[in-house]
Amino acid sequence: MRYAMALDIKKCVGCADCVVACQTENNVPIGFARDWVIENGKGVYPELFLHFESQRCNHCDNTPCVRACPTGASHVIDGGIVKVTHNECIGCGACIEACPYEARYFHPDGYVDKCTFCDHRVSKGDNPACVSVCPTSCMYFGDLDDANSPVSKILRERQFYVLAPEAGTKPQVYFVK
Amino acid sequence: MKEQLMVSGREISNLYPHVDVWGFGIPLYLFIGGLAAGILLFATYYFIKGKADEMPVTVKVSTIIPPIIIAIGLAFLVGDLHHKAYFWQLMMHFRLESPMSWGAWVLTVVFVISIFWPLSYMDDLIVFFEQNNKKWLAKQFKKVQKLINKLPVIPWFIKFTQRNRKPIAYVTFFLSIVLGIYTGILLSAMNARPLWNSSLLGPLFLVSGVSTGAAAIMWMSNNEAEKKLFSRIDIGLIIIELTFILLLFLGFVWGPEAQVRSAEMFLGGEFTAVFWGIFVGMGLFLPAILELFELKGYHIPIAIPAFLILLGGLIFRVIMVDAGQISTYLY
Repeated sequence: MRYAMALDIKKCVGCADCVVACQTENNVPIGFARDWVIENGKGVYPELFLHFESQRCNHCDNTPCVRACPTGASHVIDGGIVKVTHNECIGCGACIEACPYEARYFHPDGYVDKCTFCDHRVSKGDNPACVSVCPTSCMYFGDLDDANSPVSKILRERQFYVLAPEAGTKPQVYFVK
Repeated sequence: MKEQLMVSGREISNLYPHVDVWGFGIPLYLFIGGLAAGILLFATYYFIKGKADEMPVTVKVSTIIPPIIIAIGLAFLVGDLHHKAYFWQLMMHFRLESPMSWGAWVLTVVFVISIFWPLSYMDDLIVFFEQNNKKWLAKQFKKVQKLINKLPVIPWFIKFTQRNRKPIAYVTFFLSIVLGIYTGILLSAMNARPLWNSSLLGPLFLVSGVSTGAAAIMWMSNNEAEKKLFSRIDIGLIIIELTFILLLFLGFVWGPEAQVRSAEMFLGGEFTAVFWGIFVGMGLFLPAILELFELKGYHIPIAIPAFLILLGGLIFRVIMVDAGQISTYLY
């Protein structure tokens, strides 16, 4: 089993519904967010291009954050989801320094917090909160080992890119062009 | 033109506009680790060579410093944690993959040894201070000695150290090299920071740490031969350090774009003046030149080059930690 997410940048309108859904679902403290929306502007007037990217933890295959963690609080669970055990985390910040995506932050309580791919929903067969609320249905989630999952299907049909592939992290959040 | 804007609210001040989770505590701790490693390296090396009585400052007196500064460094380290109440989790796990984990263990072992090494020389230290007109220090050390002798277990450990100095010296010599390298490897393990992502950081931090250790010993020393020896060692170490710095930047400039950009911060960017002017100029070149003059027979107070090297070592670590956190992958 290998969970992954794909985001169609042609459909995304940058409404940030995914951000609010995540904050509500996971009780993320005010001012913090486990996912965020980036506006990418390209070109010179009048040839301007714009696309949005909803970014979050990439749940990498090769996890620099788990490697850097001195206590093993950062770990990988079934399906390749990267999680943090709160009461093992000492808040040293090594994983934040090691992550090329700035996906981790200090929770006001001190421990490091991040996207969990909503593993509490996924284990029941539901989609993560962000995916389930997307008004343009631009997000796809599923198991890469299952050829019929929505994410496998769209990655088969369309071209895609990942963020900072040169970092060698093998990220599992794909952006479909 | 390419522009990236964040359109959803995520105003986390230590992540944007760049990562800033390690403040002054970490570079200070890296400096202290390097300095302690340097002092213990020389103390155990000259002990193994059988020069304990010839070079009392190196082998005995200077080792009072490591336990004190390591304790300060550890206080800063725990102070820098965000989930402080759980710091003991660090001592509940051992993860070979994480330099921070094995480094914490090495530091713990070195800390324990560094406490007992000077304690095992207590009598010699008191005699040394009395001979050198440091009556007040001798008095204080006598008080400490009395106090320690009343404690349980600890006198046994001191006797154990006195009886097994040679094996302990070999272990400490090895561990102090590991500690010195660890202070650099701690940074280079961070995949996401191109400026740190060079294995040269390990030897560079080791050499820098050892040179600060040599400077500290030189400063404390009271006999000319020892001062001259450490001046000479320091000049050699500074030359090696400069070579490593040159190689480090060559590696960056010849590397991928993320590393080229991180090197540009030092080659025309915001860190150029402070790195080349203050660290390389005043922390390496100037003390090396002063020491050369000293060896040529001019009289220069040893405190000046020693202080410059120590300050340079600290500034170097502050710059590397700050600039490293700004350097990032581009996407």
